[in-house]
Amino acid sequence: MSSDAKKKPKIGVFKFASCDGCQLSLLDLEEALLDVVGAVELAYFPEASRNMGKGPYDIALVEGSVTTHHDAEKIQHVRRQCRTLVTIGACATAGGIQALRNWKDVNEYVRYVYAKPDFISTLKMSTPIAEHVPVDFELRGCPINKNHLLELLSAVISGRKPNIPTYSVCIECKRRGNVCVAVAQGIDCVGPVTQAGCGALCPTYNRGCYGCFGPMENPNPVALASIFEAQGHTDQEIMRKFRMFNAWSWQFRQVSEARERK
Amino acid sequence: MSTSTAPPRGVTNIKVETLARVEGEGALTVRLRGARIEDVKLRIPEPPRFFEAFLRGRLFSEAPDITARICGICPIAYQMSSVHAMEKILGIAIHPAVRQLRRLFYCGEWIESHALHIYMLHAPDFLGCADVVEMTKDYRAAVEKALKLKLIGNKLVALMGGREIHPISATVGGFFRVPSKEELAAIRPELEWALEASIETAKLVAGFPFPDFNQDYEFVSLSHPDEYPLNEGRIVSNKGLDIDVSEFEDHFLEQHVKHSNALHSVLRERGSYLVGPLARFNLNYDKLPEAARRTCAEIGFQPPCLNQFKSIIARAIELIFSCEEALRIIGSYEPPPAPRVQAPPRAGTGQAATEAPRGTLYHRYVLDDKGVILSSRIVPPTSQNLKRIEDDLWRFLPSLLEQPVEEITLRCEQAIRNYDPCISCATHFLKLNIERT
Repeated sequence: MSSDAKKKPKIGVFKFASCDGCQLSLLDLEEALLDVVGAVELAYFPEASRNMGKGPYDIALVEGSVTTHHDAEKIQHVRRQCRTLVTIGACATAGGIQALRNWKDVNEYVRYVYAKPDFISTLKMSTPIAEHVPVDFELRGCPINKNHLLELLSAVISGRKPNIPTYSVCIECKRRGNVCVAVAQGIDCVGPVTQAGCGALCPTYNRGCYGCFGPMENPNPVALASIFEAQGHTDQEIMRKFRMFNAWSWQFRQVSEARERK
Repeated sequence: MSTSTAPPRGVTNIKVETLARVEGEGALTVRLRGARIEDVKLRIPEPPRFFEAFLRGRLFSEAPDITARICGICPIAYQMSSVHAMEKILGIAIHPAVRQLRRLFYCGEWIESHALHIYMLHAPDFLGCADVVEMTKDYRAAVEKALKLKLIGNKLVALMGGREIHPISATVGGFFRVPSKEELAAIRPELEWALEASIETAKLVAGFPFPDFNQDYEFVSLSHPDEYPLNEGRIVSNKGLDIDVSEFEDHFLEQHVKHSNALHSVLRERGSYLVGPLARFNLNYDKLPEAARRTCAEIGFQPPCLNQFKSIIARAIELIFSCEEALRIIGSYEPPPAPRVQAPPRAGTGQAATEAPRGTLYHRYVLDDKGVILSSRIVPPTSQNLKRIEDDLWRFLPSLLEQPVEEITLRCEQAIRNYDPCISCATHFLKLNIERT
C-alpha cells in the first residue's frame, strides 16, 4: 500500500467464461454502492466504466473459468498485476456449469453449436482459476452472496480474515426454522454437503438444495449419494445431482464419477 | 490511436480495445480509407460455453436452472422461455394466477435491467460521463433514483424467486412457492414510488440530445391481443411477419461469421432486423397502460420511432409499464390453489419465445419419453441484434467522419449500447478498433 494513508485501495474486476452475474453483484449493492465507491477505487471495471485504469491493483476480483488459450495467458497477467486475488463465484472457483464439457469431447460440442467449427478456438476443459495461479480467497456461489462480497472487501481492506461460513446449508435451514425437506417430504436435497451462504433458499422455497455454493468444508457426498440411492434414485440421477454448477470441484467430481462408472 | 482532427486520407484503423458498459466481451473493428468505410466488424471473443451441447442428457426440469446461467442480468427470461417450451411438450396448462405471477416476476426483471441500462450503462453517453460514479458529481439525485429503482426491481425478483440473480422458485408447471397476498401487498408502496420515478426517468431521457438517425428497420417482437408482450404471443414485424412461435426456425436463420463467437440471426427473406424495447414499443404501443401512454403524449414520443438512439426512451416507457403492470397484478392477486402443476414426462418437441429485457428469446427442446433432453436450440436477443448493430454502424459512420477519432469511437460505442447488448448471452466486452490509414 502506498505511504499515502488516504489512498483508496485499487480494485480491478476481470471476466473469464461466465454469465456476468457475480460482477453484477457489485452493482447490485445498490444502497451500499456509493459507500463502496467512496472507500475503494474501482479502477478497472469495464462493465460499468469507460475508464480503464492500468494495474497494479490491490485487489483483483476474478469472475469466470478458464476455457481458452487466450484466457489461460490472461489469468497469468492478472495475477502478476494484483496483490490479492479473489475468485468470485462457482465458475472461477470450480469451473462452472461449462465444466460439464470436461467429461465430453469438446470438438463434438463445437460442431454441435457452431456451423463453422474452424472459427472456434477453445480448450478441452473448463478449469477454475486456482488450477492456473495461486488464489488468495474464493467466494462461493452461483451467484455469490453480495453481502459476502461486501464482507470480503472490508476484510481485505482492514487486513483481517473474512468472516464467511464454511458449514453446510443444513445449519442455515435450522436457523431459519425450516422443517427439513429431505426428512419430512423425502425431497432429494444436496444441502447436507453444500456450503452455506444462500440462506437455505431452496428448502425455504420448498425444494431441495441443488448445491450452487459447492462443497462445504469436509463434506461426505458419498454417504449422501447412498441415501439418494436408498430413496430409489438411479446412478444417472445421482450423477446429475452432483454435476451442476460446481461439478468440477473434486469432492463432487469424485462421487459423480463413481456413479457414472457403475 | 490517432487523434488527428482533419478529414483523413489513406486508411484509418479505429480501435477500442475494450468496449465498456456492455454485458460481456466484445470488440469492434472499423477500417476507413479516406472518407470511405471499408469494413465494420463487431467481434465477439467471449469464450463459448456450449449450453446447447451440454443440455443434452439433462432432465427437462433442470433446464430453467441451467439456462438461467447463460445470463446473470436476465436469468428470468431464460427460465421463462424454457418452462413454456417444456410445458408445451408435457401438455401442462398453468393456472391463470400462475400466469399472472410469471408476468409479475418478469416485470421485476424488466425494472432492474432497464434501470441498470438506462442510468448506469447508457445515460453516461448522453451526459458525457465515463460511468455512473462520475455522474454522481453533477447528477447525484438521478443516480440515487436509479439505484433505488434497481433495488425495487430486484426486491420484486427476490420476493418471487428467492434472490435477484439466478432465482430458484420458477419451475416447469409454476413455482416451487408462491407469495401470499400480504407479501405482495407489502411491496406496493415501493412500486408506487417506482412508477413516479419511472415517469420522471422518461421525462429526463426524452430531453437528451439525439443524433438524427432514422432507419428503415424491421422491428420484431411478440404480440398478444390483450396485453403488452412478456410471456407469450405471436411473432410479428412491421414488414408483415406474423407467425406462430413454432414457425420461428422457418423464418429466421442463424449465421456463423468468422469474427464472432456469437451467431448472427437474420430473417431468411430480408436480412437483419431489430428486437428489444423500441421494436416492442412500435409494435405494441396500443397495449401500453394508461400512465405509460400519458407520458408518451406528454414527451411527444409516438410510434413509429425509427431512431434507435431513442431506444433509451422506449426503455423508460417500458419501465413505467413494468411498474403499472406489477401494481395491477398485485392489486387483483388471489393465490393459485397449488403453486405448480406436475405432469409425467413424455417425448416431443416444444418451442417458446418470451420477451427478455433486450428482446425476444427463443428456445426449442426435444425430449425423450423419460423427459431427458435430446437436443436444444437457444436464440438470445443479442445474437438477433448483432447483424443490425453492424448495419447501423455502416450507416452511422459517414455522419461522423469529420470528427476526431476519439469522438467517432465514443459515438460508435453509443450506437452499440443503444442495443443494450448482452454478450454473455450471445456468447460477451466490446473492443472498438477503428482502422484508418
